Amino acid sequence: MARAGAVDAVALEARSGELAKRSIKRASKLQALDLVVRMIDLTTLEGADTPGKVSALCAKAMRPDPVDPSAPAVAAVCVYPNLVAHARERLAGSGVRVASVATGFPSGQYPISVRVADARAAVELGADEVDMVIDRGAFLAGRYAEVYEQIVRVREACGDAHLKVILETGELGTYDAVRRASLLAMAAGADFIKTSTGKISPAATLPVTLCMLEAIRDVHLDTGRMVGMKPAGGIRHAKQSIQYLCLVNETLGREWLTPERFRFGASSLLNDVLMQIRTQKTGVYESPDHFTID
Amino acid sequence: MDELEQRPQGTDWLYAPAPESREIVHFQERYGLFIGGETVEPRSGEWFPTLSPASEEPLAEVAQGGADDVALAVEAARGAFPEWSSGKPASRAKYLFRIARILQERSRELAVAESLDGGKPIKESRDVDLPLAAAHFFYHAGWADKLEYAFPNRRPQSLGVAAQIIPWNFPLLMLAWKVAPALACGNTVVLKPAETTPLTALLFADVCRQAELPPGTVNIVTGDGSTGEALVRQEGIDKVAFTGSTEVGKAIQRELAGRAVPHTLELGGKAANIVFDDAAIDQAVEGIVNGIYFNQGHVCCAGSRLLVQESIAEPLVARLKRRLSTLRVGDPLDKNTDVGAINSRAQLDRIRELVASGEAEGAELYQPPCDLPERGYWFPPTVFTNVAQSFRIAQEEIFGPVLSVMTFRTPSEAIEKANNTAYGLSAGVWTEKGSRILWMAERLRAGVVWANTFNRFDPASPFGGYKESGFGREGGRHGLEAYLRFDG
Repeated sequence: MARAGAVDAVALEARSGELAKRSIKRASKLQALDLVVRMIDLTTLEGADTPGKVSALCAKAMRPDPVDPSAPAVAAVCVYPNLVAHARERLAGSGVRVASVATGFPSGQYPISVRVADARAAVELGADEVDMVIDRGAFLAGRYAEVYEQIVRVREACGDAHLKVILETGELGTYDAVRRASLLAMAAGADFIKTSTGKISPAATLPVTLCMLEAIRDVHLDTGRMVGMKPAGGIRHAKQSIQYLCLVNETLGREWLTPERFRFGASSLLNDVLMQIRTQKTGVYESPDHFTID
Repeated sequence: MDELEQRPQGTDWLYAPAPESREIVHFQERYGLFIGGETVEPRSGEWFPTLSPASEEPLAEVAQGGADDVALAVEAARGAFPEWSSGKPASRAKYLFRIARILQERSRELAVAESLDGGKPIKESRDVDLPLAAAHFFYHAGWADKLEYAFPNRRPQSLGVAAQIIPWNFPLLMLAWKVAPALACGNTVVLKPAETTPLTALLFADVCRQAELPPGTVNIVTGDGSTGEALVRQEGIDKVAFTGSTEVGKAIQRELAGRAVPHTLELGGKAANIVFDDAAIDQAVEGIVNGIYFNQGHVCCAGSRLLVQESIAEPLVARLKRRLSTLRVGDPLDKNTDVGAINSRAQLDRIRELVASGEAEGAELYQPPCDLPERGYWFPPTVFTNVAQSFRIAQEEIFGPVLSVMTFRTPSEAIEKANNTAYGLSAGVWTEKGSRILWMAERLRAGVVWANTFNRFDPASPFGGYKESGFGREGGRHGLEAYLRFDG
């Protein structure tokens, strides 16, 4: 297993700041934007979510830009367990996957039996991917073994479904803790590690993502395992999403530049990316009213 | 997981060229000398071209200043001195503020000029050289009318004419390091820019005009080494400030022996970047990269020796090599370039010669695969492992993108090896343990010790060397002292 080690906050932020200054133009920009669309987990996680809302989101996920048939579909639609069956039906045959949050999302402050049952239910309802939360209470109290055991149990309950482990980095306080939680989640069997629930601020940031990417790289160098990464929350603009791709490209390389290894958890990002794609292709900005809100 | 493994495994994503436009800079075909506020032709009648090291294309012709030209420049500076030194200190501050503001306003133009003439990546000239140059003028503008408070009861007085000779690695920034404190302390200046990088200094002459700096306060005489030599020999100078090689520094000191001309020398270095096993590894790797590949390693305080604790040497060097493969070497004007061109043919030859000596002495060379442009002067980022303390690459300043890696076992051994050099300009310490940082800093014989960072500069922080790295400090209150005499 990779060395826990330390993370220096100042230098980490300096490095991510430097990578964010990469200037991505023309063909490489278009290629990046296309990739971003394919990496999006289009997400709705509201108490007010209904089948109607999810239907609209699924339609958007499969065909993000009705005017441009060449626009790719997104990676997945991410919903609460109660809406999984509905999303699955809507997305049938499209290749767009159904992701469900589970394990007492967003706080994780429930008995582990309930959290495991929650994950199992999501899979039984048809989720291809489960986005679990770690128990930050246990983690911050230093009960790392317990956090590890919980992830292992959820991993088992998920069966073949893909497991993304949300660290909720905004609650962990230091990059050292983020690195430790990342290594712990990967050791326990995470397919992806994910920054945030989207319910806590700060959610995804460039430095915290870089910190997690470096942990993923260390696990890869030590064991050969290739764990995926999902920043979620707070990524609203195409320009930001390209900065994330630069981080991935220069930390992990081309093998991670795929929806199988990198996702964006976002909702409003998609339209900004579509708008930028149209701008790249036509040379003019169009009104946001030309892009559907779902 | 099986299904996943069969999916396509990512795509190559190449960054399209993103060149900064050079339209913003208009070089004249020829630049004369800047003396007494006027552009004058050299008495020598000689000119020489300055090249872009990235393409070997001539950018402009500049004057080869001779002894006569130097004498005129010193005379002009002498003429301007009484008024400049006796005027209201707040008025000097006003000019320095003006210059700082103009540098900011013209920063894109000056950054492009710096990258064209010197070969450094635009992201460095844009984000480091220019902001720092402006910061030095702002900082010293603040001191101009507060010298009595900087040195209470010592009655600080201006020296007179400062002869300043600057290197080619940070042309405009070194100009700022020299000119700003000199002017703030009421001195006038004759500046000799480096032979291979005179253009931003000549653009600075225009900045002085724009700021309506009184004629003769700053004079700029371009030329080769002989021009600098003439300047140091010239009667009527009251101070010499030099940044450059130890060899030339020694020659200057010999020349000044027996003359009452105070001088400060900022010379070479062979800094140790010392990484302990508890350090934040990825950030240490970044610091090592920044320490030696920043500005192609053309940095006197570059972290050219990596001393790494043996227990983490293997993973650290593996990560370092991996990181090197992501460095983008090429067109200095491309915004994504990390490592630009070597400043001159002569410097490239020197780097090649020292690298060959490292291989011959038995060090193991690593260079990441990278396509270097056909024209121009280029050298790939290079790491030597298995380096012994006795190898030339561990002792001599290479002044290029070449790192020598050595190991140590204990803090005492790290100190011993770090100090075992003729130089003593800077050092870096990487550890999570605060007490160890202080323990190391007390024992390192270096003018600057960085902790968990490297190559950070601030006008408020004094910079200078121990041993053959020279003497005197630049920046901060200490830096002012070099441009004053004290009657109190």
